[in-house]
Amino acid sequence: MTSTATKPSGVRARGRAAIGARTLRTDRWWAYPLTTFTVLASFVGYATYAAIANRDYFAAPYISPFYSPCLSFHCGTVPGSHGVPHLGWFGTWWIITPAVIILIFPLGFRLTCYYYRKAYYRSWWLSPPACAVPEPRRRYTGETRFPLLGQNIHRYFFYAALVFNVILTWDAVLGFDFGGHIGVGVGSVVLVINAVLLWLYSLSCHACRHAVGGRINHFSKHPVRYKAWTFVSRLNPYHGNFAWASLIFVALTDLYVRLVASGVIHDPRVF
Amino acid sequence: MTSQPRADKPAAADAEPVPLTRALRVWRGDKAGGALTDYAVPAHEGEVVLDVLHRLQATQANDLAIRWNCKAGKCGSCSMEINGRPRLACMARLSSLPDGPITVTPLRTFPVIRDLVTNVTFNYDWALQVRSFAPPDGLPPGQYRMAQADVDRSQEFRKCIECWLCQDVCHVIRDHDDAKPVYAGPRYFIRHAELDMHPLDAADRRDALRERHGLGLCNITKCCTEVCPAGIKITDNAIIPMKERSADQRYDPLGRVLRSWRRREGRPPAG
Repeated sequence: MTSTATKPSGVRARGRAAIGARTLRTDRWWAYPLTTFTVLASFVGYATYAAIANRDYFAAPYISPFYSPCLSFHCGTVPGSHGVPHLGWFGTWWIITPAVIILIFPLGFRLTCYYYRKAYYRSWWLSPPACAVPEPRRRYTGETRFPLLGQNIHRYFFYAALVFNVILTWDAVLGFDFGGHIGVGVGSVVLVINAVLLWLYSLSCHACRHAVGGRINHFSKHPVRYKAWTFVSRLNPYHGNFAWASLIFVALTDLYVRLVASGVIHDPRVF
Repeated sequence: MTSQPRADKPAAADAEPVPLTRALRVWRGDKAGGALTDYAVPAHEGEVVLDVLHRLQATQANDLAIRWNCKAGKCGSCSMEINGRPRLACMARLSSLPDGPITVTPLRTFPVIRDLVTNVTFNYDWALQVRSFAPPDGLPPGQYRMAQADVDRSQEFRKCIECWLCQDVCHVIRDHDDAKPVYAGPRYFIRHAELDMHPLDAADRRDALRERHGLGLCNITKCCTEVCPAGIKITDNAIIPMKERSADQRYDPLGRVLRSWRRREGRPPAG
């Protein structure tokens, strides 16, 4: 008698075409999950280092996106942060890196993002690793149980991300203020590109598309929302591209500020 | 085996095109068992997989069971897996496939009947579970009026040819037999979306979609979109919007408070 544990399932289940191979795909189906895994793991590794480093995040007038807004009184007291503007909301009792206070929001936004869900379900969970390639696990509950049920609060992270986009846009504007004189450094351009990519990523989001008009059925009665929905719908097919571009560039922006703040490189001024 | 031109005749501009020989590995068998069988079949430039399967059936394997009809990608009959990927045989150009044997199997998600023909009753059983169009009370047939902008979204989903490739590739159905009774699959998610987004449909389909048809089991890995021969953006335009509509109802307490406040103020809810 065959036990439940050994009973053939999936493409090898009884009644289906008896084919031994788990997949007959001959293309490089593993390239996408492998690449995705590598890039995401690299980002997680770098972001973890940058967050716990707790230094070298401000080189006037540039602030790292990982530390903005700086909410702790300790902002500015560590090397590479002197002069950083801070709000001090968290008082003196907050002694660990202030980055963790704010990173939860952009991290949550990306973690619950519909594009990244595809990316990490395929590459980290192998669920499935590629189309028509079986996943290794038998048990599957999708997004019906905790913690993946929490993917449904993506819209709240989207709203929070908009607040951060405004802050980082303001940081980019301040990146042109060199002690009261308007100037342009390479860092100014880097901060602007970072802000633009973050806006494109956020505005092309599926939750944004739903919020601006996707939930209504009578577009003809809501012409403004229809236009907004149409605009977001044009961006939406590129959401994945914006997701990668903004993810990589936000890390590069932090790296640039970090190198300038630590004195490794000098910020070239255009004028 | 690499495709090679027949070398017994010199090519001439006004002569019949010289056929190539393509190696085919076709699954032959039934629910009791079967195997991949090798064939060498003449093939002409510009032909598709269905053409060589017909030639195989006419010349070497008269009893080959295969389902087909329009040969134009419009009927959805000739669904099968070609080199491990779910495709329509009539739309799979030989020139688009890599050199070497072409492996052709039946859809591996559904029970096989014989050779390349499968039993797709699963899909028709689910079709009966989706509530049909429900017009508002008091609106008789013939009096339906709606703006084009309001039905554009629904019309995209009407392009579905019910080829079942999306159902075949969906890993929830393909890899998890225990999910079949509770998971309708992408084809029926677009059916729900088509009706839920319809300006004159009065039914609320979100409960049924979430509680009985398994929307939460979908982890949006987009394989259904990748294989759709009609080019329907199943994930972006149907599944994700329905997940967001479901979140409106179930997972967005702030949004619900806001919408109930709008109703109390006498403002009509957006819809």
